[in-house]
Amino acid sequence: MRSPVWTIRGSLTRKLYWSIAAASFCLWIVAWWAATALQLVDPLFLPGPGAVVRRFDLWLRDGGLLKDAGISIFRVTAGFLLSAAVALPLSLFIGAYRPVRAFFEPLLEFARYLPAVAFVPMVLLWTGIGESSKILVIWIGTFFQMVIMLSEDVGRVPMPQVEAARTLGASGREVVILVLLRSAMPAMFDTLRITLGWAWTYLVVAELVAANSGLGYAILKAQRFLQTDRIFVGIIVIGLIGLGTDQALRWVHRRLFPWAGVRS
Amino acid sequence: MNQTLIVQGLCKWFSTSAGRFDALSDVSFGVAAGEFVAIVGASGCGKSTLLRIIAGLEQPSSGEVLVDRRAIAGPGCDRAMVFQDYSLYPWLTVLENIRFSLRLGSRRRGANSAQVQNAAERSVLLMELMGLTRVRDAHPHELSGGMRQRVAIARALLSKPQFLLMDEPFGALDAQTREVMHDLILHIVALERPTIVFITHDVEEAVYLADRIIVMAPGPGRIDSVWPIALPPALERTQDLKRSPAFLETVHEILGRVRATSGLQSDLDALRRLTGHAVRAVTTIM
Repeated sequence: MRSPVWTIRGSLTRKLYWSIAAASFCLWIVAWWAATALQLVDPLFLPGPGAVVRRFDLWLRDGGLLKDAGISIFRVTAGFLLSAAVALPLSLFIGAYRPVRAFFEPLLEFARYLPAVAFVPMVLLWTGIGESSKILVIWIGTFFQMVIMLSEDVGRVPMPQVEAARTLGASGREVVILVLLRSAMPAMFDTLRITLGWAWTYLVVAELVAANSGLGYAILKAQRFLQTDRIFVGIIVIGLIGLGTDQALRWVHRRLFPWAGVRS
Repeated sequence: MNQTLIVQGLCKWFSTSAGRFDALSDVSFGVAAGEFVAIVGASGCGKSTLLRIIAGLEQPSSGEVLVDRRAIAGPGCDRAMVFQDYSLYPWLTVLENIRFSLRLGSRRRGANSAQVQNAAERSVLLMELMGLTRVRDAHPHELSGGMRQRVAIARALLSKPQFLLMDEPFGALDAQTREVMHDLILHIVALERPTIVFITHDVEEAVYLADRIIVMAPGPGRIDSVWPIALPPALERTQDLKRSPAFLETVHEILGRVRATSGLQSDLDALRRLTGHAVRAVTTIM
C-alpha cells in the first residue's frame, strides 16, 4: 500500500512539509560543502560555504552589506510600489469595463514583450544615472505583467457575485468597489507577491548597468576583482530577502483573507 | 386579472458563426401580484435567458418587460434574483451577506435611521426564519450548499422586493435538502406574498411550489403550454402531497410535454447497431 503522501495531490502535514523543505536546503548546502572541501572544483569558480560565510561576516562588519542591501530594498520597494499604484486602479477598470479592456489589453500584451533590459540605455538617457533610473527600469520590468495579471484576477470574480449586486440595486461604482475589488483582493495580493520577485530581477539589471551602490553593484564590483565569494554573498542575500518577504506576505495574506486559499 | 409583470413579444437572438441563433422567439405572458409562476423546459429552451431579461441583466433583441405598466431599464431592487450558486460574498459573514444591500447608496439615500434600524431588525428575523442564527458569524465556505442558498434567499428578501426571480436555486442541492428548501419557500410565500418567477428543470418541484407552470420548448425558445396548478394553500402542502394520485398525474402530464418538446430520445436502432458491432467484433477476434 502506497503512503497517502504519494497519492497524486495527496495531503501532507505542515510539520512534514517544513521538514522536507529544510532537508532540501541542507542537502544543497552539504553538496556544496562537499564539492569544495573535496576540491572537486577550483575555489575561484565555486567558493566554499566557509569562505562565503567569512566574506558575509566581513562585509557585514564594515557596514557595507547593510548599506547595499538597504539601498537595493529601497529601489525595489519604490519601483514596485509605483508599479502597483498605477496597475491596481487600471486593472480594476480593465477587469470591469470591456471598452477599457479593448483599449489597453492588446497594447499591454505588446508592451510586456518589450525587453525591459533593452530599455536601460534609453532610461539612462531619459532620467540620468540617479535613483530614478533604477526605479524606472524596475517599473518597466514589472508594470505591464502586473496589469495583465491583476486584470485577470478581477476578471475571474464569479459573475453571479456581480449580478447579485446589480439586482440588489448596486450602482456601477458600487459593483466595482464593493464586489470586484473586494472579491479579487486576495488574488491581487498574491499577484503582487509574485511580481515583487520579478522586481528584484530588474533591480540587479539596473544596478549592474548604472549604479555605485546596492547589491547588484556590489556583485558587479566583485566580478572585476574576481571576488567570487562576495558574488555568492550578494546572490544569497538577495535570495534570503526574497524568501523572507515572500513568507511574510503569505502570512499577511492568511491573516487578511482567512476566507480565501493561497495561490502557490 | 391584475398583472404586475408583463412580458410582451420578447425575442432574443445571438449572431453565431453558424448564423442567427434564436434563444427566445415571441415570448409573452403576465404574472399577477402574489402569484408563483414556475418555468420549466428542456435545456436550451431559453428559460434562463428569459429570467435574466426580466431581471434586467440582459437586453432583449425585441419586445419588452413591463413592471406596473412601465418598461424596465436594467436591473432594479424591485426584482431580486437568487442564482444557482456562487453569488454569496465569501469575505462577508452570513449576517453581513444578508445585509449587503444596506451598504448600497440606493438603499441609504432617503432612508432615515428608523428605516435602517428596521431593515437591520428584519435581517435578524430573516436569519431566524432561515434557521441561520447558529451560523450568523460563519463565512460562506464553511456552510453547506443548502445553507448558502438560504443566505442568498434571505439577502434577496431583505428589502421586500416586489418580485423574487429564482434561477434554478436548488439545482445544485441534494434531494433531501431540496425538500426542506421547498417547504421553506412555501412558508415565505404564505408569509410575505412575494411575486415569484421560478426557473427549474425539476417538474415535481415546479408542481409542488407553483400556482402556474409555463412549459417552454427549445429551437427556438418559446412557450409551449401553460398549466394552472390547483394545490391546497402553501402552508397546507406537505411532502405527502407529492405521493397523491392527482399530483403524480399532473407531474406525469407536464413531464410528457417537456419530453415531447425536447427533441431528445434514446435511439434504440443505434443501440442495436452498437451492440451488434461489439458482438461481431468479438467474433472476428475469436
